[in-house]
Amino acid sequence: MENLWLYLQFAINGIANGCLYALMALGMVLIFKTTDVVNFAQADMTMLSTFVAYTALTSWKWPFAGALVAAIIAAFIVGLIVERFALRPAQNAPVISLLITTLGVALIINAVAGGIWGYQTLPFEYPLKGRLFSIGNLSFTKHNALTVVVALVLSLGFFAFLKFTKIGIAMRATAQNKLAARLMGINVDRISMLCWGIGAAIGAVAGVIITPTITGINLNVMVSVMLKGFAAAVLGGFTSLPGALVGGLLIGVIENLFIAIPVDWVGQFRETFVFALIILILTVRPHGLLGETAHRGT
Amino acid sequence: MNLARERTRWLIGISILGVLPFVLPGYWTYQLSLAGASVLAALGLNLLTGYAGQISLGHAGFLAIGSYVAGLLTSSFGGSWFWIALPLAGVITGLTGLVLFIPALRLGTIYLAIATLGFGAAVTQVLLKLSEVTHTYEGIKVPGPAIGEISLNRDLTMYFITAGVVLALLWIARNVVHAKLGRAFIAIRDKEIAAEAMGISLPQTKAYAFLISAFYTGIAGALHAHIVGIAQAEVFNLGTSIQLFSMIVLGGLASLPGSILGALFLSLLPELLKLLVASQQYYNVIYGVLYGGLLVLVIIFMPYGIWGYLVRTSFKFPKARKFLTGA
Repeated sequence: MENLWLYLQFAINGIANGCLYALMALGMVLIFKTTDVVNFAQADMTMLSTFVAYTALTSWKWPFAGALVAAIIAAFIVGLIVERFALRPAQNAPVISLLITTLGVALIINAVAGGIWGYQTLPFEYPLKGRLFSIGNLSFTKHNALTVVVALVLSLGFFAFLKFTKIGIAMRATAQNKLAARLMGINVDRISMLCWGIGAAIGAVAGVIITPTITGINLNVMVSVMLKGFAAAVLGGFTSLPGALVGGLLIGVIENLFIAIPVDWVGQFRETFVFALIILILTVRPHGLLGETAHRGT
Repeated sequence: MNLARERTRWLIGISILGVLPFVLPGYWTYQLSLAGASVLAALGLNLLTGYAGQISLGHAGFLAIGSYVAGLLTSSFGGSWFWIALPLAGVITGLTGLVLFIPALRLGTIYLAIATLGFGAAVTQVLLKLSEVTHTYEGIKVPGPAIGEISLNRDLTMYFITAGVVLALLWIARNVVHAKLGRAFIAIRDKEIAAEAMGISLPQTKAYAFLISAFYTGIAGALHAHIVGIAQAEVFNLGTSIQLFSMIVLGGLASLPGSILGALFLSLLPELLKLLVASQQYYNVIYGVLYGGLLVLVIIFMPYGIWGYLVRTSFKFPKARKFLTGA
């Protein structure tokens, strides 16, 4: 019985973590769907915007909400710049090479951020502390609650945006068929740019919220978050936005359950297990859990 | 393919490699040996990714396995075992490469990317756990190669061994690429269904691609361990895999000279930069911006890599073209 509570508690923490992986995945899937680019710079773009939030909080003494907005705006602008000056000029290159472009962008951002903020881990103060309420032995921290609420609101809002607004429809059209979208009078270049901005901004939200749980911020803190986001996106089917959410939640919960298992080596190997599980699932469902099944050989 | 012209190119290459260690200071011989190991790994990755179209972000795992296998053998039985350990590392790593071929049968590019990435991460974790068991937290101390009881000068010996192995495996890669198997690689990369319709066995070809690629990378790992003198799991991480990937894209996908150019360039770039930038404070910033900027610019202005650019440009100059492509 005692153990059951423990597992439940870890599952709850896992849901909160999973929401953040899901947001990270959402940003990457959005960018991939519209521009065919797997964005390996997501981690560093997120790191940069989190540092902006850090500066807003500590140096400019802004409130937390203000810092979050600053991070989102910074991420949005960085996303626009990256698309316009690194990816659009490289449109003729093979898709596989564009992965290297995003890597180059990541290196540049990392180096510049290192020059500005230095290489040590900086403490990130967070206003929401303590638990919100508890049921039995289960405690729900305010941070977990906020994470889930933010992720829900953001993803629902985003889905509504895609479904009902004109720009959202243009984005979906671009994702489906660039040429046809262009023929319908959609400015595909501008849509791609916008998607990069929004994708980066969603990542920034995840970054600012997750940083306090990993005790501080440094240059490489986001890489493992991005990889889990990437894994989540792949698990859900890289072309599916709801899939990204499902994948993120799954990975968050599974990872935390592995921590809960009291055998020592299981916790140490949890990343290995998570990846092994992903490979297993992909071998059975090659296009992820919710991905569109493409014809073989295409 | 003009064989006489090709022979000239090989002879030029061999003589440059033979003279270099006597001209350059010892430190650069060491760096060149390391770069040689990278060249091997890049060749292996390019056979897999460039030719056969199977992406891998987990090649650091193969490097780690190769270096551990060879390192464990020579550290337990002595430097004279190097000559057995080197090929054995390649063979064992090659066989582990078959682990990845199973998901590769069913997965598309991005899905394979995450599967291989997971493989790389898993190998590092397992090897770290292994070093806890064997109490070698700082890595395995690897002796230099020896003949019988006579141990050899490490830097110089490793340089010539690496150079020899690179040339030999380059020759094999060249033959593979021009033979039936290489054509099959390209065919499954371009269109799996069309390749199968022509009678190419998809599982067999992919298995060969992973086997050969992992073999090359395993040998590279074994060489790396013996050049540096230590086999460590943490040295080969996701960053290494990604750097290997950048090498082949920068040099040119599906091109053997491209792999060499890309690997030499990216492994020697930090060393060259250290000569130019004295201050440690700005080194990281300058290196990052330069390296990242180069990747971005090369993809923009040379979409098919440095080698692809050279070949395309040389079309205007027939003599240069004949020298570059041999055709």
